[in-house]
Amino acid sequence: MTVLAQRVGPLVEEFALGLDAPICLTWELTYACNLACVHCLSSSGRRDPRELSTEECKAVIDELERMQVFYVNIGGGEPTVRADFWELVDYATAHSVGVKFSTNGVKITPEVACRLAASDYVDVQISLDGATAEVNDAVRGAGSYDTARRAMRNLADAGMRGFKISVVMTRQNVGQLDAFKAIADEHDAQLRITRLRPSGRGADTWDELHPTAEQQRELYDWLVAHGEGVLTGDSFFHLAAYGEALPGLNLCGAGRVVCLIDPVGDVYACPFAIHENFLAGNVRDDGGFTAVWRESELFADLRRPQTGGACRSCSAFDSCRGGCMAAKFFTGLPLDGPDPECVKGHGAAALAGVEAGAAPRPSLDHSHRGAPRRPVPVRLGVRPAGATATAPSCDEDPLAGFRPGP
Amino acid sequence: MACAVSTEPSTPAPTTDGFDVDAAWRLHPQVAIRPERFGALLYHFGTRRLSFVKNHVLLDVVTALGRQGSARTACAAAGVSEAELPVYVTALETLAASSMICERTAP
Repeated sequence: MTVLAQRVGPLVEEFALGLDAPICLTWELTYACNLACVHCLSSSGRRDPRELSTEECKAVIDELERMQVFYVNIGGGEPTVRADFWELVDYATAHSVGVKFSTNGVKITPEVACRLAASDYVDVQISLDGATAEVNDAVRGAGSYDTARRAMRNLADAGMRGFKISVVMTRQNVGQLDAFKAIADEHDAQLRITRLRPSGRGADTWDELHPTAEQQRELYDWLVAHGEGVLTGDSFFHLAAYGEALPGLNLCGAGRVVCLIDPVGDVYACPFAIHENFLAGNVRDDGGFTAVWRESELFADLRRPQTGGACRSCSAFDSCRGGCMAAKFFTGLPLDGPDPECVKGHGAAALAGVEAGAAPRPSLDHSHRGAPRRPVPVRLGVRPAGATATAPSCDEDPLAGFRPGP
Repeated sequence: MACAVSTEPSTPAPTTDGFDVDAAWRLHPQVAIRPERFGALLYHFGTRRLSFVKNHVLLDVVTALGRQGSARTACAAAGVSEAELPVYVTALETLAASSMICERTAP
């Protein structure tokens, strides 16, 4: 298709100005979760009493069908703990809205796996943040590794080909990339790695979990070597500043081509930006989701041409475009400045100037009561008593599987 | 065109060995078209792949495929000149390689 691109200019420029409907979106169905991952981007744990009812969810799906949103990335919380989860999945696929859902695997029994293997319109991602139980369970909670591995086995046994194994890259697991790939290959699955954001409970653990500068380089080199065989949700576009552009769409799509609907119907610019500053409206408002997407002032603002601010003069600006909005926001950096993990080192310098406690706090917290928030003993292999859960599918990126095509 | 895989392909989709411009083609039944100001988005529900149609003439060609006896006549119906044809054939070949369009004789 690239032969025809010159007629309208790069599509990235088109997308930056926003579309009449999102290409896809993330929809977190519940804040309830059996786990309590220390980096959960939505601070999930307890169900919110205001969560959308089954009928309200179906009304949203009707809107998505009318807007021709091709698919939704369903997450949470742990979405499969909703009693109407399968009913909603069936309703969506019957209305031409494809479903990819993220799960920690707790409900993926052999029977469910067979059902999933039989559907062309449903895809599943199993969250795994360590190639070994020790590394995984330190982040996701005791037993969560075994739960995920059992789910993978059930899917593979059912003949489900190419399901996703979704990994949030951390300081503790960058060295396990080859091992993750081997686990994926062993299950005829596809590896998907995404970037850790300082969002939700991740705001408290980012300092300890985010990859070092050396590890970022290691990650970049690994991605260049493995190319198209590994999905990234296009979440590492800030690494393109090392030189070679990574496969995928190098663009922050927040409020432009993607967004988040949270369990109570609030619409945010992206799943990593659950904060009132990025709240565009609610699907229960007059005009529903469509009006929020098309008329909210926040989204209109995000679709205006961006200046690039302090990054504009950087030689890498065209590839990294200043990086991740949410990562900047929750580390206290200005949105028109460098990403905290800027590979040129500008982020580290900027972070040094942020006063302790000055970074904005996530607006919501549905964590299990009594679950530890900080400090978090991520190096320990055993969870503190009382914290039986881990986080969910908090690693869902809205551009999951979004392939710009040949 | 076997499009039965239920997930995003982990390996590149099989390429067509040349594109038969005189064969009858159609949009794959599992593909949806969403018109956009730049052209259109195509989404294949079976392979979960997204493709972009980057201009309106190509969109006209793609939507005409199912009504026309061949890709060549579909291009002509959309106003593609002989001189422009190779560019559009290349684009169609790319769409065929990712199963977005398939030959009409295929089961």
